[in-house]
Amino acid sequence: MVAVTLWGSLSAVAGGKAKHEIEAKDIRELFRKLAEQYPGIEPWIDRGIAVAIDGVIYRDTWGKELPEGAEIFLLPRLAGG
Amino acid sequence: MNFDPRYSGRNFSSVGTRPIRPDGVDKVTGRARYGADFNMAGQLVGRVLRSPHAHAIIKKIDTSKAEKLAGVKAVITAKDLPDLTDGDAAMYDILDNSMARKKALYDGHAVAAVAAIDARIARQALKLIEVDYEVLPHVTDVDEAAQHHAPLINDQVFTEGLEEKPAKPSNVTKRTQFGHGDVHKGFAEADFVVERSFKTEQTHQGYIEPHACVASVNPDGTAELWVCTQGHFVYRQHCAQLLGLEASKLRVTSSEIGGGFGGKTHVWAEPVALALSRKAGRPVKLVMTRDEVFRASGPTSATSIDVRIGARKDGTITAAEATLRYSCGPYAGSWAEIGAMTAFACYRLENVKTVGYEVLVNRPKTAAYRAPSAPMAAFAVESSIDELAKELGMDAVDFRIKNAAQEGTRASYGPVYGPIGIGPTLEAVKKHPHMKAPLKANQGRGMACGFWFNFGGQTCTDLNIGMDGTVSLAVGTVDVGGSRASLSLVAAEELGIDYGNVKAIVADTSSLGYNDMTDGSRGTFSSSMATISAARNAIKILKDRAAQMWDIPVEDVTWEKGHAIAKGEKYGNLSPLSLKDIAAKSGTTGGPIAGHSELVADGAGVSFATHICDIEVDPETGATRVIRYTVVQDAGKAVHPTYVEGQYQGGAAQGIGWALNEEYIYGKDGRLQNAGFLDYRIPVCSDLPMIDTQILEIPNPNHPYGVRGVGETSIVPPLAAIANAVSNAVGVRMTHIPMSPPRILAALEAEREG
Repeated sequence: MVAVTLWGSLSAVAGGKAKHEIEAKDIRELFRKLAEQYPGIEPWIDRGIAVAIDGVIYRDTWGKELPEGAEIFLLPRLAGG
Repeated sequence: MNFDPRYSGRNFSSVGTRPIRPDGVDKVTGRARYGADFNMAGQLVGRVLRSPHAHAIIKKIDTSKAEKLAGVKAVITAKDLPDLTDGDAAMYDILDNSMARKKALYDGHAVAAVAAIDARIARQALKLIEVDYEVLPHVTDVDEAAQHHAPLINDQVFTEGLEEKPAKPSNVTKRTQFGHGDVHKGFAEADFVVERSFKTEQTHQGYIEPHACVASVNPDGTAELWVCTQGHFVYRQHCAQLLGLEASKLRVTSSEIGGGFGGKTHVWAEPVALALSRKAGRPVKLVMTRDEVFRASGPTSATSIDVRIGARKDGTITAAEATLRYSCGPYAGSWAEIGAMTAFACYRLENVKTVGYEVLVNRPKTAAYRAPSAPMAAFAVESSIDELAKELGMDAVDFRIKNAAQEGTRASYGPVYGPIGIGPTLEAVKKHPHMKAPLKANQGRGMACGFWFNFGGQTCTDLNIGMDGTVSLAVGTVDVGGSRASLSLVAAEELGIDYGNVKAIVADTSSLGYNDMTDGSRGTFSSSMATISAARNAIKILKDRAAQMWDIPVEDVTWEKGHAIAKGEKYGNLSPLSLKDIAAKSGTTGGPIAGHSELVADGAGVSFATHICDIEVDPETGATRVIRYTVVQDAGKAVHPTYVEGQYQGGAAQGIGWALNEEYIYGKDGRLQNAGFLDYRIPVCSDLPMIDTQILEIPNPNHPYGVRGVGETSIVPPLAAIANAVSNAVGVRMTHIPMSPPRILAALEAEREG
């Protein structure tokens, strides 16, 4: 079980809740379970969501494991210049 | 990814040295081939017809006269670029921006294009195209566009991110919010509160090389594109999707690049050139003029930002909030969102809230510009921080040190920081001789901090060892700042050979797996990781070949300083085999020796910088002169320190132009008034002092050598550092960028009039 925090706009499509407890072993499973629970999140995942695991931001490594007790923060996937 | 990216704390032989760049001679002798330097047999000249209106319905386009002109081989409109985007809104916007479909949405929006046998005939043909417009009311100012009564740019846009879906469409496409704690409580605890509104005008990246490409589409469905870009793999994906081509049949080669800074991460002319070539059956070269680059490529946002920060008497910030409105051009974007995330990222805040609004305007589609959106937010926040320090009677650096984020701080955008460099940059600035240098009359000193995320991404690299023992390294990230030299250093380091024996190239899209663009400060970070991985894979093969040559088990072979070593006393009579020795025998030990790597280089790590600036202001004319400028930034590990310094200096130079002179000026008719370097003034050498740099090296734990991206952060602090310097010089808080002479005079006059 990991504690996941959603940024403001994303929490609006997740029942208005910013904090969620989810049983997920990696980023892929986290996204799948979030989308099952809140179908409105799916287009956001398609557009891109970054995942901060204990402060380190992952944008593409969906196989990244979510350590038990880690702080998981979902963020917009941003553009760079 | 079977690769351990963790920092190993090793000592370096090649990395950290300063060899001459391999592309340098070609660039200074004119041999280097940029976008417009490539030609194909039978090539035509492409030209684009652009809307003179800021906002207009395209009722009809008659191309018949142009098509009949001798020498014209193709004329296209949006009909020749049918919508194949399959509901992908972002791709549809790119398509519509490449060629307007129903409405022209800004002055310069492409509405038709021709391919002719020469430029004169192409220009004549453009004049023969008749476009029937119904001109609509327009809006170019970000604050006006956000008003309820503003002309609507897209009546299908309803503001996202609100608790309830609004009943009416709006130019505000999205609201985003970040933060934590309770700002009301925080402000109640404050002894001092500073509240200010700021504006920044739209600027262009100002790359010297205009957009240029040569496209050739063959009847069998194969196609080639030679193009100046920051990401040829992404251009391939986008062009293939927009034109209905198979990606594997579209070979894209990136030219040398005369500057991009985020502006060459999007396609504009390329789908048009491909569509022209497809219709004409001949290659087409399309080169934008400078006027077109300004009017119809992707400048950064204009912004309007409100900031409020409160602190206790002891200098502890108790609350901070900001509302940020960023212009997006006529298509949805996420520019204010980035501003809202970065605004307060330098600070340790218990109570913080930022709200961003994305605003449509009748200007070109906003594109990324080096740490996109962060410089404007930093200008507003760092100006307010300086003002608050003054109110508190504290030194500006000490106030920032007291409130700086550190390892374990919850960032204003959400997560908790790992090891970060904001504190060390501030301590370095505090000790820097620049801070103690005397100032003369009418001179002021300012400093400011900046933050940027940095990104990694998909990366693929090939390393091939020739039979003469030299190494060719093929990477897929475009070299915008010397990365071929840096990556050669990394390959030399890992293999244990001399830098001069490695030659790096940027491979085309048919030669290498997919690579993300060179953006997000990722070029050297990502491709160095892939190069290390590829080199390690090659070393496995080198060890195997050495084992064959010695006829011993491969388990008994190690790799040290460019040589295979037979381990153990029983092999005491076996001399080490160099990479060159092993390569020479490769034909009989199994064939070519190569290392390949494909990986996702995540974990780039955030980046901080602090800048110091001295400015002299002429109080009679408002003219400014930068007297001295110092950049202090964390590089993780500087692979090639000269190029790291170059990035620091380049970001500062661009920031100086943005802060003091550069701006898009629109007339009441919605047309851009200064689409050229005579009227849009970027700094030249004589405008700038030598920009001093100090590299800090706080290793990134998620890279084997500790490397962090360095390309973007250096443009984040300058607007604020310069604004603080000007404000200190004239004794008036400057709140509007650029601080051009008329604007400084107006601020002084307003102050005198109270």
